[in-house]
Formats: sequence, C-alpha cells, structure tokens
Amino acid sequence: MAIKEISAASTIVTARSVSKKFGERVAVDNLDLEVPARVCFGLLGPNGAGKTTTLRMIYGVTRPTSGTIHVFGMDINQHLRSVRSRLGVTLQQNVLIETLSPKENLRVFGRYHLLREPELSRRADELIDFLELRSHANVPVRQLSGGFQRRLAIALSLMNRPELLILDEPTTGLDPAVRLALWSRVRELRARGTTVLITTHYMDEAQRLCDQVAIVAAGKVIAAGAPADLIATRLAPETVEFDCTPQEEAALLDGFTGASRRLRTGQRLMLYVEDASVLIERIRNYDRGDRRPVFVRPTNLEDVFLALTGTGLEGTA
Amino acid sequence: MSVSVPHALAVWCRNAAMYRRTWKWNILPNFFEPVFYLFSIGIGVGAYVAEMGGTTYLEFLAPGLVCVAAMNGASFEVTYNIYVRLIFEKSYDAMLTTPIEPDDVLAGEVLWAVTRASIYGGCFFIVLALFGLAPLPSALWVLLVIPMTGLLFASIGVVFSLRIPNIDFFSFYFTLFLTPLFLFSDVFFPLEERLARPWLWVAEALPLLHPVRLARAAFRGQFSPVVLWDLFYILGVSFLLLVWARRSVRQRLTN
Repeated sequence: MAIKEISAASTIVTARSVSKKFGERVAVDNLDLEVPARVCFGLLGPNGAGKTTTLRMIYGVTRPTSGTIHVFGMDINQHLRSVRSRLGVTLQQNVLIETLSPKENLRVFGRYHLLREPELSRRADELIDFLELRSHANVPVRQLSGGFQRRLAIALSLMNRPELLILDEPTTGLDPAVRLALWSRVRELRARGTTVLITTHYMDEAQRLCDQVAIVAAGKVIAAGAPADLIATRLAPETVEFDCTPQEEAALLDGFTGASRRLRTGQRLMLYVEDASVLIERIRNYDRGDRRPVFVRPTNLEDVFLALTGTGLEGTA
Repeated sequence: MSVSVPHALAVWCRNAAMYRRTWKWNILPNFFEPVFYLFSIGIGVGAYVAEMGGTTYLEFLAPGLVCVAAMNGASFEVTYNIYVRLIFEKSYDAMLTTPIEPDDVLAGEVLWAVTRASIYGGCFFIVLALFGLAPLPSALWVLLVIPMTGLLFASIGVVFSLRIPNIDFFSFYFTLFLTPLFLFSDVFFPLEERLARPWLWVAEALPLLHPVRLARAAFRGQFSPVVLWDLFYILGVSFLLLVWARRSVRQRLTN
C-alpha cells in the first residue's frame, strides 16, 4: 500500500496493459506507460501508431477495451471531471471560435472550467502575455496567422493552470521561428512544475524538448527512456551515411562487425558505429581513394526511431 | 453520469458569446420573415376570406406564425449549427478535454436552441402586439408556448443531426419535414374542417400542430381539455427524444 501511494505522488499517468479495439482493428495493444511528474514526456510513433487514441484514453474520452489508466493517482473512468479539471489538452486541430478575439476565446474556454470573474479575465490576460498574443488580443481569430492560432489553442488549454499539459502534435505545420518560441514556452512550463505529455513526428523536437520518450508502433511501446540513453543503448554514437548499391554493400562490408545496425533506404545506406574512422578507411580502400561522399554525424533520435519502426528495406543487423 | 448545470451553462455561454457578436445581423431576418407571411397571406389573401375558424383570417393566422418562428429558430440551431460544431469545428472535442461531459453538451445546446426559439418567437410576438393582433393579457400565455415549441423542435432536430451520415441530409429535413409541417399544421387553415375524421387522428402525430393549437387557445383565451393533451404531447415527445439524443451524443463524442 505504501509503495502504491509513493508511486501515485511521483507518477502523473500510469497505464497498465491498456488495449483499445475499434471493432476488429486493434489501435492500442497491451500498452504500458508511466509519465513521471514534472518531466516533458514524448510519445513518438508513425501515423496510425495509436498515439492519439492513447492520449484520448488518458483524458477519458476513449475508454480502454481492457487495462487501467490512472491520472494523478485516480482511475480516469471513475473520476472524469476531477481529473480533467487538473489537466489541459491541445488537440491536433485548433478549435477556436473564429468570429471572436483571442481574449474572448480564452474567456469562453475558461468558463468550461467554471472560472469566474475577476479570475477569468486575469488568467486570460496572463496567457495573452505568456504566449505573446498581446498585439492581436482583440482581433477576430479568423484574421490571425497559423502561428498565432496555434499559440492561442495552447493558451486555451492552460486556462485552468493544468498540472498535466497534453499536446497532440503542437508544432505540425508551423514555421521554425514559431516552433522555437513554443519550445521555450514548454520548457518554461515544465520548469514551473507542469508535467508535459507531447506527441510529435519531429524527432529533433522530441530530442531537444523531452526528458523521456516512448516510441510506439502498432499500438505498443517498443522502446522507452531518455533520448540519449535510447541512442546509446539502441544504436551507436556515430552515424555514417553514403550511397552504394546492395552489391557494393555486400562486398564492402563483408566481414565488417563494427556497425550495431544498418539501414538502407533506396541507394542510401546508414551505419551506426562506435568509431566512424574505421569504416571510412574501409570505404576509401574499397574505392581506392576518396571518391564517394561520406557523411559522418552524431546519431540522433530520428535514427533510433527509423531503426525501430522500420523504413522498408532494412540491412542485416 | 448526469448533467452538471454550471457546465451546461458554460456551453450555453459559448453560443451566447458568438451570438452577441452577430445578433444585429441575425435578428433582422427573424423579424421580417414572419412579418412577410403576415402581410402576404394574412392581409393579402385574408382580404378574400370572410372568416376562418370563427375569427378573421388575420386573427386565425397570427398565433400559428408565432410557433413557426419559434420552430425555425430552434431548427436552424440544432441542425446546421450543431453539425458544423460537431464535425467541422470539433468544438465538442475541445469541450470534452475540460470537465464538461456529453450530457452537459446536450443540455447546453438544447437550452441554447430554446433561447434562440424564444428570441425568434418573442420578436414576432412583439410585432403582433404592436399591430394590435395579440389580445392582451390572455395572449401572454403564448410566452410559455414559445419555449416549449423550441424544446420540441430542438429535441427532434438534435436527434436527426446526431444520426445523419452527412450534412446534405438537412435539405431533406427542411423540405420534406419542416416545410410540410409549416403548411399543414393548422397554421393556415383549420385542419379539423378540411380532414375526414380518421385522418384527424393521424394528424395528431404532427409535432407543430400541438404548439399551434396551444398558441391559438392562448390568443383566444379559450382553454379546453385538449390543451392538456397538447402539453403532454410536447413534453412527452421532447423527453423521449432527449433520452435518445443523450445516447447518441455519447456515442458520437466518446468511444
């Protein structure tokens, strides 16, 4: 009992053996997930991996076919209203009232949380500053750019000062400057103690923003941990990329054991190695000189993601 | 799960906030449409009608048009507007990330449709009163009939909206359901004088007939026991449809 209480205090979301079927289709398959308090947690996976369904189960709009989900230590399906009063969700699609201004949108949304004046206006004002909406605070939303609208959508989900903020692909379709600005807001929130649960396709975003990630494929968590640990344990620190035919690959790498994994997409071959210089020398010897462009870079989360979720043809690993 | 009144009111407030922005443009057509009917049919056609149902034609027509205004007010709200919020704007998906539940969404939307019906019906009632066509004070009873008409047509429309596969079906709803109701529900001519007795029983199924009869009773200040049946029909049908809508809204919003 004591152990359970401790885990409830330090863990914001606990999903145990959660499955969700829509008819015959299995969207989430026996998924286990633990989101610790005060971290930014990334849920990564290809389209259709079950990320959005998992999020929907966490805030209780989708009911698991089996398994249990606890949020803030409470069973979500028994304490819907009280759990939702303590979390905020930014959906993939912005849900804004286009004829109203950002300020009015915030006030309407605040009422969903039963905020009253003067708190309602005070909080709306704070968020207008926090997400830098001040210059357009009183302009109808339909006149705002995509970046403004996205920031407003995130502001809405912060109206109730959530302890857990869920962001479903927050930066898809945004320009680099807006993405950078949003990342810094997310970091600021986390620094103030908000737990952030984020889904994204962008691995650079996950790597730069998330303390922990879980990679989901076909409704299952296939890897979880800190991005740096995943790179170290799943692949190797350096990535070597070059173009070659499968015949060349076979001849070139015959007997080569230095790569923890190979990945081929079309003509492009990627190898993950401890020490790139050994491999480069091997390529130079094979080509009898410096004839082929070879790229060496640090291995990143995208490599881990591609290696784990597959890109079609995969080399022998 | 049950309705939380403050959360349902928050849903109502959302729609009210939007309406506040556009009411000046919205309210004008509401005023004019029934007024045009009143002028064209009531005064124009009515000039050739000596009496109908025991009164002048204008007096016969006026109370029914109040109900038609209320019916239209509720119907637009729970058809196109709800469908757009449900499918295109995803407003309800956003509400369901907060402590609002599907039951609150339904209650708030129905309450808002009743509000719109009351604005439409109320405006037209004021016009009638200004023209001296609403015998006071007994006609004031119609102020209770207006929200009931709204409730009935909100319930019918919301079930329809939650069940149709795409937005094109609303044209059926308007042309094959609301328009015939408008034309054949005792508004323009007394059904009981034109229909054979067995058909009169069938006509009792028409939803608009009941509010129209209540409104006419209010305008004439003559209340017969039929009033009780009309009240029972309106409240009973609304209740049953809302029970159905409650299931549908949960199926649409959660899974």
